Amino acid sequence: MRSAGEIARDVREGASSAGRELEIALSAIRARNDELNVFLYVDEAGARLAAQRVDEAVARGERTGPLAGVPVALKDNLCQRGIPTTCSSRILEGWRPPYNATVIDRLVAAGAVPVGKTNLDEFAMGSSTETSAFGPTRNPLDPTRVPGGSSGGSAAAVAADMTPLALGSDTGGSIRQPAALCGIVGVKPTYGLVSRYGLIAFASSLDQIGPLSRSVADAALLLEVIAGHDPRDSTSLPEPAPSLRDHLDDGVVGRRIGVVRELIDGADPEVVASVDRAAEVLRAAGAELVPLSIPELRLGLSAYYLIAPAEASSNLARFDGVRYGLRVDADDVAAMNEATRTAGFGAEVKRRIMLGTYALSAGYYDAYYGQALKVRTQMIEAFRRAYREVDLLLGATTPTVAFPFGSKTANPMSMYLSDVFTIPTNLAGEAAISVPFGVGEGGLPVGVQLLGPGRSEARLLAAGRVLELAEGRP
Amino acid sequence: MTLPDGWEMVVGLEVHTELKTRTKMFCGCRNEFGAPPNTHVCPVCLGLPGSLPVLNERAVELAMAIGLALHCTIAPSTFHRKNYFYPDMPKDFQISQYDRPINANGYLDLIDHSRVGIERAHLEEDTGKSTHLGGSGRLHGADRSLVDYNRSGVPLVEIVSAPDIRSSAQARAYASELRAILIATGASDGRMEEGSMRVDANVSVRRAGQPYGTRCEIKNLNSLRSLQRAIDYEAERQVALVESGEVVRQETRHWDEARGVTATMRVKEEADDYRYFREPDLVDLAPDASWVQRVRSGLGPLPAERRAALLARVGEVSEAQRDAVATVIDAGRDEVVRGAIDRGVDPALALARAANELESEGPAVSVDAFAETLLMEQRGELSATQSKAVLAALAQEGGDPHAIAAQRGFERLSSNSLGATLDEVIDQHPDEWRRYRDGDDKLAQFFVGLVMKATRGQADGKAVIAELAARRG
Amino acid sequence: MLRREDVAHVARLARLTLSDEELDLFTDQLAQVLEHASDVAALDLEGVEATAHPFGLVNVVRADEPQPSLDRDEVLAMAPDVEDGRFAVPRILGEDQ
Ligand SMILES: [Mg+2]
Ligand SMILES: [Zn+2]
Repeated sequence: MRSAGEIARDVREGASSAGRELEIALSAIRARNDELNVFLYVDEAGARLAAQRVDEAVARGERTGPLAGVPVALKDNLCQRGIPTTCSSRILEGWRPPYNATVIDRLVAAGAVPVGKTNLDEFAMGSSTETSAFGPTRNPLDPTRVPGGSSGGSAAAVAADMTPLALGSDTGGSIRQPAALCGIVGVKPTYGLVSRYGLIAFASSLDQIGPLSRSVADAALLLEVIAGHDPRDSTSLPEPAPSLRDHLDDGVVGRRIGVVRELIDGADPEVVASVDRAAEVLRAAGAELVPLSIPELRLGLSAYYLIAPAEASSNLARFDGVRYGLRVDADDVAAMNEATRTAGFGAEVKRRIMLGTYALSAGYYDAYYGQALKVRTQMIEAFRRAYREVDLLLGATTPTVAFPFGSKTANPMSMYLSDVFTIPTNLAGEAAISVPFGVGEGGLPVGVQLLGPGRSEARLLAAGRVLELAEGRP
Repeated sequence: MTLPDGWEMVVGLEVHTELKTRTKMFCGCRNEFGAPPNTHVCPVCLGLPGSLPVLNERAVELAMAIGLALHCTIAPSTFHRKNYFYPDMPKDFQISQYDRPINANGYLDLIDHSRVGIERAHLEEDTGKSTHLGGSGRLHGADRSLVDYNRSGVPLVEIVSAPDIRSSAQARAYASELRAILIATGASDGRMEEGSMRVDANVSVRRAGQPYGTRCEIKNLNSLRSLQRAIDYEAERQVALVESGEVVRQETRHWDEARGVTATMRVKEEADDYRYFREPDLVDLAPDASWVQRVRSGLGPLPAERRAALLARVGEVSEAQRDAVATVIDAGRDEVVRGAIDRGVDPALALARAANELESEGPAVSVDAFAETLLMEQRGELSATQSKAVLAALAQEGGDPHAIAAQRGFERLSSNSLGATLDEVIDQHPDEWRRYRDGDDKLAQFFVGLVMKATRGQADGKAVIAELAARRG
Repeated sequence: MLRREDVAHVARLARLTLSDEELDLFTDQLAQVLEHASDVAALDLEGVEATAHPFGLVNVVRADEPQPSLDRDEVLAMAPDVEDGRFAVPRILGEDQ
């Protein structure tokens, strides 16, 4: 498989065409989508039109963007004008947004060809894609296992070679965890680096859109396209996209990297072994490895499962049957709201709405939500102290490799624990990358995670590239 | 109205005012009253999934202007979400300010020199508007409601007074003075009938010196008169309840203008759990000194100051003239009135004509033209009716008052031709003439009316009355 | 300790109907999450500032300039029920907020 960068180059130079690249993607999708349930919707007509526009621009000798003719899969919580956007929920079934997410406008401006919408845990609430109202996605590497979640469809699209690139969203690990479980690269960018306009919110202070790709270089390419200030998102950082591709080969010479006990403890032995080996690789490449303990990270999971549901309970109130999506009729408007929400939301979404409503309600706010916000402060300060000592942190992305269907659905808490290593980055608004490194149980891929302070994407990608090269990937 | 001896009312007012911005609070849709339903809507103000709010700079500045005019402290502030389900509210939460409002701790001095504290004046967004079908068109008994989101997301400032008000007249004076300030700062047009200024009253009663009683909140007060009547009714109702040994329930009540009563809307419940939390899609506001200063320097003189300047020229004023002063100040015409007085126009005349002129909408007449017209009237060159006609023409077309008067043939009737007209009128109405002559003064107006009709308004009413009186002897 | 009636109250606030079995199940599951969160609830964090947002941007505003609104037909096409250019809903019990 060629990289996204190579495809765009071939399209620009006439060695290939956007139309041809699209047909390759569509036939790969046709070959395995029934089996894997990756795409909820494939926009063949729209994609052909987009590809044709790119090819016409090339033919006219116009400048085409860095993603010219590259097919991209979109997580189905990104609004695309006129295209069904469901969040894998019955409550939005049939809804077609009248507007585009900023990231989609930027993709198209860069010459990319959006091919369709991928499956996710309902409203991105889950770590296995099993909470989707439209059935789970299967892991292309082992269809008896989950692809991770919530961006399971996007990760599977890349892992199954359906598209070279996909967009996901990461609220507590929803890009990095499925990337790890599917053996690909996933980046959770600094909060505010990528516009959230058009991303259907789960937890607004934690959500970030980011790339899923086969290689670190492709992740850099996609991130450069989607990053940068957007006046439609008040929380967007007021600066242009950083230059990332120029720093891919910066290496790690002289970097201090903290190996964090709290991001390793409790992981499967093969996962721990992969992190240890990654540390050795980085040391051999010139980094200084420092063992670290950041005890505050242990509180991340608890704080997250108060803050994220609290925000979600409010973000999901608008699904009330009045303006769009599902309506279940009833005699009065409150009963209609309730019948609609009861029929439209799945169990996990209801659980989180309930949890969040409880955490914010009178009498419990201070003990739960208010307290979690203080823990968040401590987490941020702990990271800040760590980054005075070191440049980056190293740990596992997930405690285990991809797990079998149904193994964690009975007990929500066991599912929540699969995000224990990824959550702290979201709480702090910082950046992290998961890179496939080594294998674990059943020969399934392991992801190691590199974490950095806000705006450290270039450094993270360069370190990820060192690991990737050591694994013999281009 | 007075409460029984030993009782006093305690009133606090919450005033919601729509801000006069071009666009809504968080999106670029037009903030415009009266457009066809659902034509000023976008993903943001419809609360579509994925949309995000971005704050309107002008709304912030108008809020600061209100705060400065009310002597508030402008402080760093935060937006919160107030969560409750309602079909008018597209996100099922309202973005509002909670524990950190933009303006706090101010005051408003009333005309009678009493001072009412301002607890806060915070920014929030308006809801859409429902029309209720079936039943009486009111919410109760309706079968179905239709929602228009054009108003959804229009910027509001909610101004909360301290419970410092002790009479319905003071409440009215407060609302009236606040309205004048909102208009003067350019923040609002203050139109209560159109809902761009909405007043809720919190009313409780107590025996003097005792702690506060349980309060009720009254909604739907869409005129100053309703405000005053509703407060009186409610305070009396509460006193009667307590005196008969019952308790006042904390509830929201609705003012029924037609019946002149307040009635229960809903009882405050535990279920009013708004789960306020910080709006994660917006960042804090922290206006620095230079931003505040820029807003402050854009504020003109406030109504109290302008009123003082005008009253200083008018001197003693009657009740009607007091209303005229308020009208003229709300309309920003006080400068013209002052100018006319300074050019020798009689203050009462200047005030009356300015207030009158404002009833018909049109562009403002310049100070020179206004003063010159009134001087002509004062010299007897124009009748009152003619003077008003000249002012109306000036507002429509502009120009020179003398030329307009000449062009319309406005020459005052000579007393001779007035005498002839009067002879004719008296001849035709001998009975009325006899009754007038025998002392029924009310009939003077009857004859004035007839003369005016016969002369197509060209006669001078005062001259007719003088002539009538002379003939009666 | 989370009680069944707390869960029922929260479900009402959130406009969700729970069957008896769901009520039992959710009470149990939410209690487990809250039990896990008791480490956070138990901390003495007196004097620690709350952070609701990761970055300290302030005064993000836009100019008061009109932008095009959506086409009304497209807006109303999304709606489950429409009448007279407006979104139609069944009767509203209770009163305006
Ligand atoms: Mg309010
Ligand atoms: Zn709008």
